[in-house]
Amino acid sequence: MNEVLILDVLLLTLALVAAVAIVRVRSLLAATMLSGIYSLLMALVWSNMHALDVGFTEAAVGAGATTVLLLGTISATGRLSRRTPSLDLRAAAVVLFTGGLLIYGTLDMPDFGDPHAPIHQHRVPKLLAQQVGKVPGRPPLGMDPPDPAHPHPRDDFNGHVPNTVTSLLAAYRGFDTMFETAVIFTAGISLVLLLRRRADDIVEAWDERERERDVQTPRPVAPVPQPPTRSYTAVGASAEPDDAPKGET
Amino acid sequence: MSRRHPVTGAFQAPRLIEHQSVLRVSCKLLVPFIIMFAVYVITHGELGPGGGFQGGVIMAAAFIFYGLVFGASRLVERIPSRVTDFLMAAGVLLYAGVGLHNLLSGSNFLDYSALNPAHPSEGEALGMTLVEYGVGITVTSVFITIYVTITEPRFMRSKRENVKVTD
Repeated sequence: MNEVLILDVLLLTLALVAAVAIVRVRSLLAATMLSGIYSLLMALVWSNMHALDVGFTEAAVGAGATTVLLLGTISATGRLSRRTPSLDLRAAAVVLFTGGLLIYGTLDMPDFGDPHAPIHQHRVPKLLAQQVGKVPGRPPLGMDPPDPAHPHPRDDFNGHVPNTVTSLLAAYRGFDTMFETAVIFTAGISLVLLLRRRADDIVEAWDERERERDVQTPRPVAPVPQPPTRSYTAVGASAEPDDAPKGET
Repeated sequence: MSRRHPVTGAFQAPRLIEHQSVLRVSCKLLVPFIIMFAVYVITHGELGPGGGFQGGVIMAAAFIFYGLVFGASRLVERIPSRVTDFLMAAGVLLYAGVGLHNLLSGSNFLDYSALNPAHPSEGEALGMTLVEYGVGITVTSVFITIYVTITEPRFMRSKRENVKVTD
């Protein structure tokens, strides 16, 4: 049993505990924090497996951005989830079946870090030998660059990007990455088109809600026609049951 | 404004951000360093782990952190929606523009060596860097837009309350 495996087992056990706790806990705030902890643990697992780029993305997106976005959603909706039965047998059966299938699928895969795995025999040497960004006559590492007009440090790959992942993403799979960026852009545009409302619409919606509220429960001290600004504070005070998390971020 | 809960007597954080010195000061201290780290991650994407996407998310996290502490309305005052909308498209256009430039200079689409035909490797490095910038710009503005859009209704109401105070 090597150190990587021991660490992996420890971290994955903690991640399992966090996942179970996310399902069990009823406070959505606690669930959000636990999902952030889960993402951090998974980022540690990826770095432990030397997949640093994946770990970086997991830490930045999973633990950082997603947690913050969930916090924003919670502060806009509610803090407690509906009371549900703790164990749904049908859901548990589906989850166990799918998980079993996945584990069964991994039985065919080579061991972690196996140098005789097909990916290390065929695909990776080709990728590492690709000519993307490489100058054919580049000097070996540690030797002086051939062109004094464009010097590079000795540890630079003479202009070739040392990070294979970036080289793959930006050059070898440049089209792929470009359309991934376009997908993110489409997500942003859809948000703007679908969810962003004009200020007038929001004001009208608040006024509408307030009128409905007035019809249902007439306020005890509201005898005279009021200036319109006063009613907004009334809506603000009563529409939201005072759970705006101002100081717990 | 009492610092104690009327029933339980527990300590309550003050409601107004102007009274929360620790949050305010620590946020203002941290945000520049987060942005600097994000720029580092984007610009050194070809050397170490990271790149445009990760750096863009970190950059957006800095802005969202500011928005969480000071409120989304203040965040929108700092970086208006018009700016994020523009940057969202500008990032993708930068990426595609690099490819188009390569195409127009007689090479394949996204063949970065056409950027510097005398030194193809430098052209590659430049092209990848520009492309990473494009990804980072788009990701940053989209994540800021997501946050602002999610918190929009409350932010609009707080804006109107501010209006009422000034009246």
